[in-house]
Amino acid sequence: MSHDITTILSSAIRLSVPLLFAAMGEYVAERAGTLNISVEAMMLSGAYAGILGSSVTGNAAFGLAWGMGIGVVIGLIHGNFTHRLQVNTFVVGVTLNVLALGITNYLFASPELPLTPRQASVLTVPVLSDIPIVGKPLFSERWPAFLLYGLIPVVWWIMQRSRWGLELRSVGENPKAADVTGIHVNRRRRQALVWCGLFAGLGGAYLSVGEVGTFNSNMTAGRGFIVIAAVIFGGWTLRGAVAGCLLFGGADALRLALPALGYKLNPQLLIAAPYLLAIVAMCFFAKRVRQPGALAQPFERGAS
Amino acid sequence: VSETLVHVGAPEESASYVPVSGRGARVRSGLSTTALYVACIGVALGLSAALVAATGGSPSSVFTAMYDGSVNGWGSFGYTLDNATPLLIVAIGTVVAVRAGFFNIGQEGQLAIGAMTGGLVALKLGGPGPLVLILALAASAVGGAIWAGIPALLRFWRGIDVVISSLLLIFIAFQVLSYALNNSWFLQEQRVGRGAVLNESDQVSSHVRLPHYGAYPGLNFGSGLVIGIVLAVVVAVLMARSRWGFKLRMLGLNPVVARRAGVSAFLIGGTAVMISGAFAGLAGGVVLTSQAYRLTPTFSNNVGWNGLLVALIARQNAALAIPVALFFGALQAGGSFLSTLNVSTDLTNIVQALLVLAVVFPTAFRELQRYRRGRAQALAGAAGTAPAAVGA
Repeated sequence: MSHDITTILSSAIRLSVPLLFAAMGEYVAERAGTLNISVEAMMLSGAYAGILGSSVTGNAAFGLAWGMGIGVVIGLIHGNFTHRLQVNTFVVGVTLNVLALGITNYLFASPELPLTPRQASVLTVPVLSDIPIVGKPLFSERWPAFLLYGLIPVVWWIMQRSRWGLELRSVGENPKAADVTGIHVNRRRRQALVWCGLFAGLGGAYLSVGEVGTFNSNMTAGRGFIVIAAVIFGGWTLRGAVAGCLLFGGADALRLALPALGYKLNPQLLIAAPYLLAIVAMCFFAKRVRQPGALAQPFERGAS
Repeated sequence: VSETLVHVGAPEESASYVPVSGRGARVRSGLSTTALYVACIGVALGLSAALVAATGGSPSSVFTAMYDGSVNGWGSFGYTLDNATPLLIVAIGTVVAVRAGFFNIGQEGQLAIGAMTGGLVALKLGGPGPLVLILALAASAVGGAIWAGIPALLRFWRGIDVVISSLLLIFIAFQVLSYALNNSWFLQEQRVGRGAVLNESDQVSSHVRLPHYGAYPGLNFGSGLVIGIVLAVVVAVLMARSRWGFKLRMLGLNPVVARRAGVSAFLIGGTAVMISGAFAGLAGGVVLTSQAYRLTPTFSNNVGWNGLLVALIARQNAALAIPVALFFGALQAGGSFLSTLNVSTDLTNIVQALLVLAVVFPTAFRELQRYRRGRAQALAGAAGTAPAAVGA
């Protein structure tokens, strides 16, 4: 029994890690008031670029870096279109998602680019991984997953304690007031999108280079949208977003594990669970939890 | 005050901050905007060609194939029309919601639900073919409207953004459809002999299909196109001329004024969102009864997203949705010819996305320039007089 629990927990953590990386980006972007559904594009291209990078360089770490790089490129495109040219963020997001799906599929099918990917190796922390039940899931992972232990506190510190984070939050909460105090609203939002691209790209690259070791067509399969759901489910708090990712990763793990264990639970319900829970969370915590005041609303100086 | 206003695409040309002086200047600006459009589309096509060339393909043969597949000859044009039909229907509905200031982006899911409810009627209801067909299309519209009604209800009941809830509901819709197709008592196909049962529905019987005019070598199109064009014209006229259209536009342009004038955001806005869902659902019904004939788990196949893009490019203008939808349809019809060249049909998606960016760029760029010029002038003017509130 405890063996089963450990197995399910391991798989839950493994499925959560890509979500967590991307959520560290998406959380920052949404707090800055920009709702970029292109996070799916960032993850998908990150996954492909990761595999391509590790094939070209022969090194998993460089693969991850390539994934982050392509995420930044998409963040820059999204940022400049929405927060410089003032094109609607969903137009840009939908377009970038279509573009990323098209390009990754196209390149993946192309015989000119054969892939010989390297997978990141498993790192097992000596003593901690011997803790019963939770030891193995938490301390025996592909090495990039351990970056999260540092990244989550860093994101918390940046958003809650640094000047940049305060400015990002004010830009998301009340852009007009932020503008009056001399903060360049759209520049901050573009920076938030670049940050988002950095970590959504890493999340995608972790999925391919870390977890699976290869690329498949439409590999992320809507994980970017699950990340958005997790940030919403978490009520736009970092703690909540992390909990959301773990919960949704857990739901995914249950869906895969339950049939093998002989239980029957509606698989469709488990796939839909993240989205359902996000909507339910918005309904019932509406009074207590509030979304950033200017979420997904464009800002233009001088326009009322 | 107008915080709830939705800015879709680039701001309207007409909302200029600085009057362009003289006819000459206006003509020059118009010319260079056209040049900018041409340049942007050129860049988009150039990038696509470069991608093809870089992966060992021939851009010219790709172009020829796409041309042959979309507009070269009446038969190909028929493909274009059939591909454009659902996009057009989705786009018209979206325009209605956007006009009312509500941004429904869940068409992909509403289309899937509409196809499911339509399929339920088409497959399970007996009776004379034409009657069942009409009932099936009506059911698909109702299904889509109900699915879009959820975000509308959440918006007025709990104050949840329509954008977010309609987005999340897409993925729930997919699972509802998947559930229907995985259960034999619901919509999964009936076992025939010893064949394996797939996660699909049965085919819609030939009596319950939308008529198709013409045959391949000549001009041919499904009657869904007629439905789409009629709806586009009706919606365009209603929005421009009727009292309902006036209230709708007032609500979208200034919700506060609308409330003062007694326009119910709940009634007008909620209805607008449901109308957009109904159109998306109807598009699903049309695809089911005129092209796909059976439901599959990936039935919506990006049609909802593409229809949304058409609406966003047509920018609140139902009539303009027709040419934009035709253009998208042509790209998709042309793309289906690419497989003969051993070029992945995914190239269509790439070209389509790049072209969308190329089309939204020029107006947005011009608007940004005009806006910056206006600010500079306002600041210069303010510097000369007493300290005044500049630009608010």
